[in-house]
Amino acid sequence: MTLLDGILLTFLIICAVAVSVKRNLLASIVIYMGFSLIMSVIWLTLEAPDLAITEAAVGAGVTGLLFLATLKKIHAIKADDVRDREDKPDEK
Amino acid sequence: MKSDGFFSKLTKFVEYGSLREEDLTLSPSKKQKFVDTDSPENRWLTTVQNSEKPLAARIATWVSHYGVSLFDRLYRVAAAFICFTLIGLLLSVVAFLPAFGDENAPAVNEVVERYVSKSVEETGTTNAVAGMISAYRGFDTLGEAHVLFAAACSVIILLRVDDPERRHGRLVDPVMTGEDMDFEPNSDLVLRKAAKILVPLSFIFGLYVILNGTTSPGGGFSGGALMGAGLILTSVAFGFGRTERFFGDEMYHLVKTACLAAYALMMAYFIYMGANGLPDGVWLGIPGSIISGGLILPINIAVGFEVACTMYCFYALFRKGGL
Repeated sequence: MTLLDGILLTFLIICAVAVSVKRNLLASIVIYMGFSLIMSVIWLTLEAPDLAITEAAVGAGVTGLLFLATLKKIHAIKADDVRDREDKPDEK
Repeated sequence: MKSDGFFSKLTKFVEYGSLREEDLTLSPSKKQKFVDTDSPENRWLTTVQNSEKPLAARIATWVSHYGVSLFDRLYRVAAAFICFTLIGLLLSVVAFLPAFGDENAPAVNEVVERYVSKSVEETGTTNAVAGMISAYRGFDTLGEAHVLFAAACSVIILLRVDDPERRHGRLVDPVMTGEDMDFEPNSDLVLRKAAKILVPLSFIFGLYVILNGTTSPGGGFSGGALMGAGLILTSVAFGFGRTERFFGDEMYHLVKTACLAAYALMMAYFIYMGANGLPDGVWLGIPGSIISGGLILPINIAVGFEVACTMYCFYALFRKGGL
């Protein structure tokens, strides 16, 4: 196992833990997309380039997009101005 | 005898089981006055009176009384029977498989060796993975494509918005409804400029991955996912109106069903001819060139377009409830 593999696997574990620990759904989706990106590089180092392309396109791209669309549909993400207005009273 | 016709006599014979003198001479309304239903020798007549309704009506009352509970019971029995039969079948098959981790198992030795040494000769591909997925294990891949089709169908059933005016964002004020699906994606300049560079690249790279699936890593699914990502990026950056010009509802259905049907037909022909390296009359081409691998190249193209359609279909349905 090379140094690169070790670093990638460490990041993979950190991402996997962070996805479930994070309470902000938007943040956990972004971390999940990062997880898929790291996984695709790992597939590449494992000499499986077919899987790497698919993982990058599906895992990091389309799945994350669908998650984001679902969050918007269930109103878990609000527009910027709405969130700013709601957040300001909490800060005081 | 005079009033009753032949057919009513026949039905009486069928229903009562026997003919008596008074049955033949009297009409059924008069008969009830004469017959004492309480006497033991005439007790059978009470059941006859109950059953004087037509057969269909009797069946209907019976079904409305007992049908649901009986169907419920039958359903449970059949479900348990099918479940246990399947469990038994699968377990008995597992008993014939080699033990897990057995170093002499054919899956570890012979299958791998055959894939590595014979795949160029038998499937005409220099990419052994493509040969394995589309030729040796072609039936599994066909099943996966159908699973994808079923998933797209169920997403359409769940998320499709019936009103076409609403679907295309016409006649609806998004601020009034407050629903996210009524807002066009309002893109900013950075996204548009980046999309202008990235969209053609992703389409060209997707096509490259599909067409080179037989000679280099990639294939139908990866290339299709890339093209689908390009379609999604187009609609995110330039709005749904821009993608609807060349990829609407009809186009989606046409491409998707045509691709799946073509794939299924090619696979059916391939399996009918014996599969797994037997000669099937398709020119295998020169290994290493683009036109190689026989049926694998058209299969890759069909799978690629189907996957691209499905990806974009998912996004559009989640976003605005229709293509």
